[in-house]
Amino acid sequence: MNYGIVSQEQLEQIDAILSDKLIKLGVDCVIIIDMAGNIITARDNGTSKYDVYSFAALAAGNFATVDAMAKLVGEQEFSLLFHKGQESNIHFSKIDDELLLISMFGKDISLGFLRLNVVDVIEKIRKVWDRK
Amino acid sequence: MSFINLKDKVVQVKIVYYGPGRCGKTTNLEYINRTYRKQILSEMVSLKTHGDRTLFFDFLPFDMGQIKGYDIKIQLYTVPGQVKYNATRKLVLRGVDGIVFVADAMEKQREKNIRSLNQLHENLQSYKESIFKIPLVMQYNKVDLKEHGIPILPTDVLQKDLNSRLQVPYFEASAITGYNVAATLKKIISSTVVSIQKKLL
Repeated sequence: MNYGIVSQEQLEQIDAILSDKLIKLGVDCVIIIDMAGNIITARDNGTSKYDVYSFAALAAGNFATVDAMAKLVGEQEFSLLFHKGQESNIHFSKIDDELLLISMFGKDISLGFLRLNVVDVIEKIRKVWDRK
Repeated sequence: MSFINLKDKVVQVKIVYYGPGRCGKTTNLEYINRTYRKQILSEMVSLKTHGDRTLFFDFLPFDMGQIKGYDIKIQLYTVPGQVKYNATRKLVLRGVDGIVFVADAMEKQREKNIRSLNQLHENLQSYKESIFKIPLVMQYNKVDLKEHGIPILPTDVLQKDLNSRLQVPYFEASAITGYNVAATLKKIISSTVVSIQKKLL
């Protein structure tokens, strides 16, 4: 069995990346989870209170389902998922085979702008994670 | 895969209730949810069909307090029991740390229990896990039905069917009345936490 352990230093770096690149942009809440539904880290803007543990379990399930659907239609994966609501939206993006980045944001941010930043964030996190 | 956060000192442990359809996995979680309300961080999440059958999983996060300064967060999951949902069962098993196998003690369910346990074995293999190594507790559920005149398999038959090779701890239980639900939970938590500790040392 593999155990996921991240050093304090790595987590601090990842948290800093998330705060700097996504929370400052106006994203309400960012969570990094693994595919088993564990939370690696969660950042929010201080005002939104989500039940991140349940969210992680559901998100991992959701992503796994979509992944299975991708395979059914002959795709390797759907690496990006987006749910749009009236007031808030959720964006899922795969960091690597084990990790998923989830951003929850309101209507003030455009999806394109968020995606640009998410790509940047993922690249930075991969660098930190690879050093593990 | 349990996840250990060294910064916030949190250990997340994933425990899955597995077993054939209608054996009482969800009922176990519902009882725990009612009885330990104070320790439970949030609402139980149930993804079910209109007929109240589990479609994907139930999820119940559970705070266990601290061990050596680390907060232990137990995440309880159930799998959907219906035969056709094996793909989803497999997804829920991803990264599992400990398993409770809930067997239905009703006589007519004998074969279904065995089949479900065999499938658990196969599903774990697909994640390169072994049913012989992973922390596992057997629960022989629905023993209360005996009082209502419904034929129940004696525990030694269930033991022979399901636990003769595995030799794991087992409990007779009744999820609906709560009999031995907490005992099962305590046993699987302690086995799982000990196994994680061993692997880390």
